[in-house]
Amino acid sequence: MAEWFAGVSASVSQWFADVKADFILNFIKEDRWKYLLNGLGVTLKITLVAVLLGIVIGVVVAIVRSTYDKNYDRMRKGPGRGFLRLFNAIAKIYLTVVRGTPVVVQLMIIYYIIFASSNNGVMIAMLAFGINSGAYVAEIIRSGIMSIDNGQFEAGRSMGFNYVQTMRYIIIPQALKNVLPALANEFIVLLKETSVAGYVSVEDLTKGGDIIRGRTYSAFMPLFAVALIYLVLVMFFTWLVGKLERRLRSSDH
Amino acid sequence: MKKATRILAVLCLLALFVCMFSACGSKVQLKILDTAYAEEDYAICFAKNSEWTEPVNSALEELIADGTVKAIIDKYINGVENDLVFQQDVAADAEELHMATNAEFPPYEYHEGDSIVGIDAEIASAIADKLGMKLVIDDMAFDSIIPAVTSGKADFGMAGMTVTEDRLQSVDFSTSYATGVQVVIVTDDSEITSVDDLFETGGYTIGVQTNTTGDLYSTWDIEDEGLGTVQRYNKGADAVQALVTGKVDCVVIDNEPAKAFVEANNK
Repeated sequence: MAEWFAGVSASVSQWFADVKADFILNFIKEDRWKYLLNGLGVTLKITLVAVLLGIVIGVVVAIVRSTYDKNYDRMRKGPGRGFLRLFNAIAKIYLTVVRGTPVVVQLMIIYYIIFASSNNGVMIAMLAFGINSGAYVAEIIRSGIMSIDNGQFEAGRSMGFNYVQTMRYIIIPQALKNVLPALANEFIVLLKETSVAGYVSVEDLTKGGDIIRGRTYSAFMPLFAVALIYLVLVMFFTWLVGKLERRLRSSDH
Repeated sequence: MKKATRILAVLCLLALFVCMFSACGSKVQLKILDTAYAEEDYAICFAKNSEWTEPVNSALEELIADGTVKAIIDKYINGVENDLVFQQDVAADAEELHMATNAEFPPYEYHEGDSIVGIDAEIASAIADKLGMKLVIDDMAFDSIIPAVTSGKADFGMAGMTVTEDRLQSVDFSTSYATGVQVVIVTDDSEITSVDDLFETGGYTIGVQTNTTGDLYSTWDIEDEGLGTVQRYNKGADAVQALVTGKVDCVVIDNEPAKAFVEANNK
């Protein structure tokens, strides 16, 4: 029994020693942890800018699309109607192209062809992911606007608000509250989608882990470290969105 | 509505084609600097304490001793024909020997028709013949080779891999079977005229393929010393593309793929 116990404790301490050696090799030696830390910074930067850009594009496209769907048939003939039709067509092409092609392909096209002369990979990645996310956000917000009963809109107009005021004070706040879970979902997907930024030589978190793996030929520890960091990030943002949802729910009576 | 959308779609497509042709139009010529950046030895890698280390390594040493390895290398690099054929009379029920590689590294391993050929692929076939086994080549991303080997999905990895101290802590390596030369590719009108310029003038952006020897050496010698920056691409071809579009000043890469890339570009 005592022998068995000694054997187990020896192999456990051997295991710990191996893990420690692995840890030192992968993260401490040559300051390799910096690849992960800098990568984390780049990932966060790309995600935050892309989210903001995506929301701006998304809101504009969603308003154009839902205005067209709701009002086009009833509008008077004139230049306004023509512009609406043109913008709606542009928005539809944007949605079709962006949702119809993989984000990696879009990223490579933007990096190698459209912005061939720029070598600011991080900026290009922000732009590519923002444009990509905008299409999904647009459909999410449009679903929110369309979900608000038309009576709300009519009530706003009856009280003397014009179209923009009605949108701004009555429709959009309710719509945003309805779509918050879907938006949070899109944000989380975007955060993880940025892991393909390595294709255009942007050193994000995933690429940082890959670089360490190539230096040490250690298969799993850098991968697990990267996975853990993404997981913690997503858990943190989920918690944050949960708080925001509770705040917004306080107006439910 | 339909009509307007269609017209817009056609306009977008036209704009795309114009962009593509204008990108192709301005042709940049590339050249390889005369002096080499560095030399390194390639070896086969195994999981720590793998059962395959001993048999594969002794088969490889026999092949080096009887000149087969040299003949294979001569065939691919110097174009010297030989009449060696491998994997001809393998028993149908022979055990499979799995090799993990990234077949985008001519002339060491690359796709030709349906099969993967090259120096590494032929040496591995010769090893499999010695062991009386059937060679199966698993093509994957370069970064996936080590997980495939350490998890036992593949029996060994062979993709022009260089031995370093740090890597020896995680995997075992065979005897080295080939020497690779790292060279520098620049554009024809580049102000970089020799390898020394990278160190003496400094401040250049160097394109490499992630985790290749060119990446390791330029990170250690140049980036860590503050003499310039290293941009890491997933594929060698991407790094060369970045050089053509002016995103990097030069590319450090293995001599043989470098020749292939430069030739393809200058055509």
